[in-house]
Formats: sequence, C-alpha cells, structure tokens
Amino acid sequence: MSTSAVIDVLIGVLGGAIRVGTPFLFVSLGECLTEKSGRINLGLEGVLVFSAMAGFGGAYLTGSPWAGVLLAGCSGALLALLHGLVCSLPRVNDIAMGIALMMLGAGLAFYLGKPLIQPQAPTIPSIALGGWSDSQAVQAALKINALFPIGVALGLAMSWAFMNTRWGLVVRMVGDSSDAARALGTSVSGVRIAATTAGGFIAGLGGASLSLYYPGSWNEGLSSGQGLIAVALVIFARWSPIRCLGAALLFGGAGALGPALQSVGVSGYYYLFNAVPYILTLAILVWTCSPKRSVKGAPMELGVSR
Amino acid sequence: MNRQPWHDLAEAFALPLLALVGSLLLFGVFVWVGGHDPVEVWTLLFVGAFGDAFSWQNTLQRSAPLMLTALTVALPARAGLVVIGGEGALVLGGLACAGLPYLLPSLQGTAGTALLLLAAALAGAAWIALAGALRQFRGVNETISSLLLSYIAIALFKHWVEGGMRDPASLNKPSTLPLADSLRIGGIAGYDVHWGLAWGVLLCLLAAVWLAYTTHGFATRVVGGNARAAKLVGLPANRLIITACALGGAAAGLAGGVEVAAVHASANASLIAGLGYAGILVSFVARHQPLAIIPVAILFGGFGAAGSLLQRRLGLPDASVQVLLGFAFVLILASEALRGRLLPFSFLPQRAPLPTAKVAA
Repeated sequence: MSTSAVIDVLIGVLGGAIRVGTPFLFVSLGECLTEKSGRINLGLEGVLVFSAMAGFGGAYLTGSPWAGVLLAGCSGALLALLHGLVCSLPRVNDIAMGIALMMLGAGLAFYLGKPLIQPQAPTIPSIALGGWSDSQAVQAALKINALFPIGVALGLAMSWAFMNTRWGLVVRMVGDSSDAARALGTSVSGVRIAATTAGGFIAGLGGASLSLYYPGSWNEGLSSGQGLIAVALVIFARWSPIRCLGAALLFGGAGALGPALQSVGVSGYYYLFNAVPYILTLAILVWTCSPKRSVKGAPMELGVSR
Repeated sequence: MNRQPWHDLAEAFALPLLALVGSLLLFGVFVWVGGHDPVEVWTLLFVGAFGDAFSWQNTLQRSAPLMLTALTVALPARAGLVVIGGEGALVLGGLACAGLPYLLPSLQGTAGTALLLLAAALAGAAWIALAGALRQFRGVNETISSLLLSYIAIALFKHWVEGGMRDPASLNKPSTLPLADSLRIGGIAGYDVHWGLAWGVLLCLLAAVWLAYTTHGFATRVVGGNARAAKLVGLPANRLIITACALGGAAAGLAGGVEVAAVHASANASLIAGLGYAGILVSFVARHQPLAIIPVAILFGGFGAAGSLLQRRLGLPDASVQVLLGFAFVLILASEALRGRLLPFSFLPQRAPLPTAKVAA
C-alpha cells in the first residue's frame, strides 16, 4: 500500500468510527446505566430496532427530525420499562427476559414499520468540522452526526453524575449491594426500574441515529446486532461511561476498517475485521478474569459478572 | 387450604397455558386495533399451525431445529450455566457439514451423511465447550463469552462462505458448493418432514434419560444445583460442566448440519435465522426439562408455520408471528412470578400458621 492509500484508510476509519460508533455510544451508555444498577438488559437490541422505527415514523409524520429523536427515546424508554417491571417480579430471569424483549421489540418494529419502508423522512442535520481542510475526504469524514456531541456530553455527564450526585450514588449502591440499599430504605426494584427505563431512553437515541442519520432510512435489516454488542461493549469499557465513548469509537472504527480497506483494493478479510471487536473483548475478558474474582469494576449485584 | 403435592405439577402445566391464552388474547387485541377480526386471526393461526397434514408438516419441520438449539441451553443450564451462544454453534455446525466434502470429495451415501452430521456436532460441541472451559479455568462469564463466540462464529462463517468456500455459480446469494444428492437428508416416509425431527425428538428423550436415570446425569445436576456441595463430595465439577456444554453444543451443531443437509443443501446466509435465540426461549419456557422441550418447540414451530397463512389471507405483515411470540415469551416468563401462588388460589405468599400460645392454667 502506498502512503496515500494508508491515509485514505485512516481517514475512512476515523469518519466511520464516528458514523458507525454513534449508535454504539448511545446503546452502550444506556446499557451502562442499566448494569450499574445491577441488572442486565439483553433486550436493548429490540429497544434499538423499535426506537429506530418509532423515530423514523415520528420524523416522517411531523417533518421534524428532532421530534423523531424524542419519540425514539420515549418509545425506547417504554419498552425498557416493560423489561424493568417484569424483571422485578420474583423468579424472572433477566437474561431470558432480555432475549424475549429482543424478539418482541423487533417484531413490533417490523409489524408497525411496514408502511415506513418506502418513504423518506427528514434526517438529523450534520455538523461540518472539516472546513479547515481542503481535502474532500477529510471534509467528508469530519461531517458528523449532530447526535454525536450530545452522546459525548451525556457520557461525560453520566461519568460525573455517578461520582458526584445523590442519584448516581443511589444507582451505584443498588448495583453494588442491594442489602446496603435496603438497609438505607431505598427501594431496590424502584431504582432498577428507573435506571432500566432511563437506559432505554438513551438507547432509543441510538435507534434514532440509525434510522435518521446513518444509514438514514428504515428497513428490517437496519440494526446488525448493535444492541447485543452493547453488552460486550460495556464490559470492554469496564462500566465506565467515559471508556464507553472510547469503546464505541473503537468498535465503530473496527466496523469501518473492512469497507475502508475494500475501497483501496484490499478485500477478502471484510468479515474478520468486523469481528475484531468481539475477539478483542473476549481476549480482554480472558486476560482480566480469574476464577478467584470477578471482572474489575463490575457492579457486584450484576448476575453475569459473578 | 394447604398446599398439596399435586399443586406443583398442576401449576407446571397451568401457568404456561394461562400465559399462552393471555398472549393470544393480547395478540387478538393488537390485530383488532389494526382493523382485523381477531376471531379470524385465531382461527387462521390454528389452521396454519395444526389444521391439516400440510400445516403439520410445516410445523414439525420448523420445530426440529428448535428442539436441538433448546437443548444447547437446557443441558448447560442443568449444570448451572446460562449459555446463549447456540446461534454460533449452529452456523459452525452448518459450515462443518457443508465443508467436509471439500476435504473428502469421495464422501457419499448414508455413511457419508453420518460423517457430515458428526463433523457438524463436533464443531458445535467444541464451540460451546470452549465457553464452558473459559468459565471453569479462567472465570470468564459463560453468558457473555458464548454471545461473543457466537458473533465470532458468524464472522468466520461469512468469511468462508463468501470467500474461500464460495460456489462460483451462486451469484446473488453466496453459498458453498451444494451437497451431493446422496449426502442429503430426505423426508420421513415420503413426507416433507425430514429426519432432523427424529434427531430432535431422539436427543431430547436421550437427554431426559441421561439427566434422570444415569449417575453421570445425576452428578451433573448436583453440580448445577449446588456447586459447593458437589465439590465437597468430590465430584469433578470442571469435567462435568464442560461435558454438559459440549453435549449442548453438539445438539446445536447437529441442528446446523441437519438444516444444511436437509433444507438448504449448502451453507448460506439463510442459516443465520435466529434459531439459536429462539432455542433459548424454548428452553426457558420448558424450564430446561428436555421432555418439555418437545411440545414447546412444536408449539412455537406451529406459530412460525402459521405466519405465512396470516400474511397470505389477511395481508398481515410477516412479522405478526414475531409479535405473538414476543407476547407469549414475555408473559410466560412473567408467569414464573405466580409459581407457588396459583394453587391453592391465593395470591398471597404461603405462611406457616402461627403457633398457638399455651395459656397457663
């Protein structure tokens, strides 16, 4: 490969990292909030698809992409609320419920979204950050989704809130020791339901990013498992919202590596490059886990990290 | 009224049935809001799933892989592990089945088919056993690792099917070379239902016998029930758990192999149809009991089969069955909360009667 080809690939990966990484960022922040409260939501995949459909429908009917974004968040919250409520019942397995929610969310989205496959909806505006460069490629790469800075701000805010606010402490306490929370008179189920619902709202914004920015239309193959990957991503980020940001960009960049290499003539390993994030996550898990203790940084109440 | 021993058994049947009826009612309301006649939808659901010989064949054909992928969840679950990576084991099984003729071009006949299915089962077994081994030796959570392994398996599958193993004749839908006719699995006694169904039922029965009547199966249940007690009586927990994972993975691998040898004839993207995920739910609904998996898989296979009839007759979107399945699974899982409270009919937790104080005379 020549130098210019390498630069092309790097620019492609950078642009792709933000473009592909934005939905990853939102679902991972949503999952992070849910897991911090000690519950896992494998159903974010269903939440993501459903909210992508709702967001697209909202934007199409109202003509305003931001109304669509809001609707996507609210519908995501609604579906996650169902998860939170059902999982609070005794003897309900949250992993099985997550898979059921994945199926329900996708089914509802495909059912209700059938008439939305053809039309075009107004998309979320993009912010051009590449004006300083003369290169077309750089300008294209730095044309970013307006939701991306919101996601970054949200990640920073969540990180600060977990450390410094009463709400953040309550969520972490419920996630680390439900006994301590009960002793202090906090309703464990209530906090978990609230955290799951809020997580669903955040994940719903990721759905809006899918259907209203990139790829920017509604169809049944819209999500390629981003919601399930969010679970891996949060582990990769070791339950830190700031590290979720890095992880989302890394996962997005890895997803963009295949197409970027293809555009300069290197093909053949497309799918293997797509799998790099999973291999990386697994390698990190194998590296950091030991039979004697759980993953560092994991909420103690979280079933899957014990 | 005190709780009687038969209450447990009655509840085990009544709870899922009630939840199922509830989900059908909910689905009726859902389609009614969309302007369809719920009674007609319910009738078509039944007709499409179990109405005539044709629907039965369709139903049974769909239930075969579900039985096998449900075992992938059920067997490790009895050893205390929650494995959700059946999808990966299934696609690798399919890949192994379609790939073996590349290495051994002279394979043919029944013996050849047996070797193909063996290769498929081994590929699936290795994949899930890996998740079990990572958990036992490195402490990596098996739920997460099996999910990740599943994605890695799908990437490997696509890499090989669309790359090195691609049949040049498959233009629009990249596939491997089709299996020779003598290697393919045919229907049972001239019906459309292929022998994969027999495999599914047989393995569910064998798994039930293994768990209930063999020492090894009992030891596996002890490990799953109480790992510390198992260690105290000196059971080889690592070996038992990894064996249960391997057996479960073999079932999913076999499902992939059967789908290739009996349905698709070659490995292609049709194999990645969420059968592994549906199997997770079938297993949870059957409470990880291999015998209960058979009827549950047939029921949910039937819903799948009825989908196309709903689409043809009423113009409902093809996802309507997925909505119904979603309702059914959510309600059945939620109905677990009523276990122990349904019978005798009281929604309050059972309490032992207070001891009566003896008043000194």
